[in-house]
Amino acid sequence: MINFGYKIQADRQVDYDAGNHRIFDFVRKSEPSIDWCMSCGTCASACTASASTEYSLCRLILNARRGMEDEILKSVYRCRFCGKCINACPRGVNTRNIVYLMQLAVTKISKHEI
Amino acid sequence: MLDTSNRTEEIMKSVAIIGGGVAGMEAAARLSKCGHAVTIIERNEQLGGRLNQWHALFPARKPALPLLMSLKQGISDGVNVIINAHITGIEKNEDGFAIMLNKNRVVTANTLLLTTGFDIFEAERKEEYGYGIYDNVITSVDLEQVFRSGKPIQTAGGKTPKRIGFVHCVGSRDEKAGNLHCSKVCCVTAVKQAIEVKEMLPSSEVFLYYMDLRMFGRHFEELYKEAQFKHSIQFIRARLSEAFENPDGSLQIRIEDTLLAKPLKMSLDMLVLMVGIQPPKKAGNILDMLKLERDTDGFVLQEDQYVSPFKTKIPGLYCAGGVTGPKTIEETLTEARAVAAEISEYLGRRRINYAGQEQYVMEL
Repeated sequence: MINFGYKIQADRQVDYDAGNHRIFDFVRKSEPSIDWCMSCGTCASACTASASTEYSLCRLILNARRGMEDEILKSVYRCRFCGKCINACPRGVNTRNIVYLMQLAVTKISKHEI
Repeated sequence: MLDTSNRTEEIMKSVAIIGGGVAGMEAAARLSKCGHAVTIIERNEQLGGRLNQWHALFPARKPALPLLMSLKQGISDGVNVIINAHITGIEKNEDGFAIMLNKNRVVTANTLLLTTGFDIFEAERKEEYGYGIYDNVITSVDLEQVFRSGKPIQTAGGKTPKRIGFVHCVGSRDEKAGNLHCSKVCCVTAVKQAIEVKEMLPSSEVFLYYMDLRMFGRHFEELYKEAQFKHSIQFIRARLSEAFENPDGSLQIRIEDTLLAKPLKMSLDMLVLMVGIQPPKKAGNILDMLKLERDTDGFVLQEDQYVSPFKTKIPGLYCAGGVTGPKTIEETLTEARAVAAEISEYLGRRRINYAGQEQYVMEL
């Protein structure tokens, strides 16, 4: 095939209606404090993983809200559960449990349980 | 023999108040209690101003009606009220002011208090949001009317909306709309109204699109948190550029989700525009008659923001409430009480001496 030098860009747009919100719903059911998050980013700034990887709990929660499962899969296993984010959160969100539940949700999705 | 040359007697002291809203009514009640002759000049058929339009007041969500009743009670004894008044001219003379009204009426007063309030941004001017074009785009004022009516929240097609969005800063912080300033009260109003919608329609999804959430007042932050944890209301940091109508009458919006740094599109059944507060246009001619200077934001210029916020360059002319910028009802009431004390002090200094000459006790 002749290479014309063109390529198709992936759609960056978040399509809220097309998103699957099951991860968020699963986490929220056991950990309602996810609703207290106001996206301030303190958790991510305190996080050891986010210094060297793409991991950001703040963004993970947003992606879960928007139903962006692919984005969650990209980084949800970067967390080492040190718990610095819990100390940092000004709203008292149980951040470590949220990551744990997100990982659990991903496992359950792979087993077709949710 | 006693020297009587410095003895003084009190003379008739009168105050005219233009605008019978929250500020005007509260100031009138306080001034009347201080023994001054007070006249309220109101353009509309009824007193209460904007308070007539609100259902419940932030942050405690107290109903507006009891406050209106209490303000009316405050002026029920001794305050002269002129409704349906149209001011045709204002003259400043040695005694104070002469205010000419329709039907050849004249009100004279030693002092004049302007509590003419503010205007609400005309949402039609943000044409890209579709107010007046798309049936399911309403304003925060319209929504308050729905709450007041006690009727269920419905789309234009008579359906129960499943998804409702609130757009912050409509006509505020928008230089293209002519308003650089923040209207201050819309953020907390949006949170209050979102909670009210969720209470009426618990299965609905409610989204707020904000640039900043300015929860400056006491108990505002608590209301914001309540919206999050009790009602799962979603806050998306974004500013709507344009709304579109789908063939079924629902709406399509596209925003930049600035926290994720990605464009986001979603459908909504109803869009509520949080319309801002702007300097008065209709009441503007009264300000012009008095040649009152406007500040850079278009609201009346205060003599000094800290030292004399109610004074103008004209002696005996005072301003309070929304005419000097966006304010909460709480702040407006506080200003009304403060300006009443200041006017009372000013009037208290006017004396007439035994020679029949009016004099001021001290330099004002």
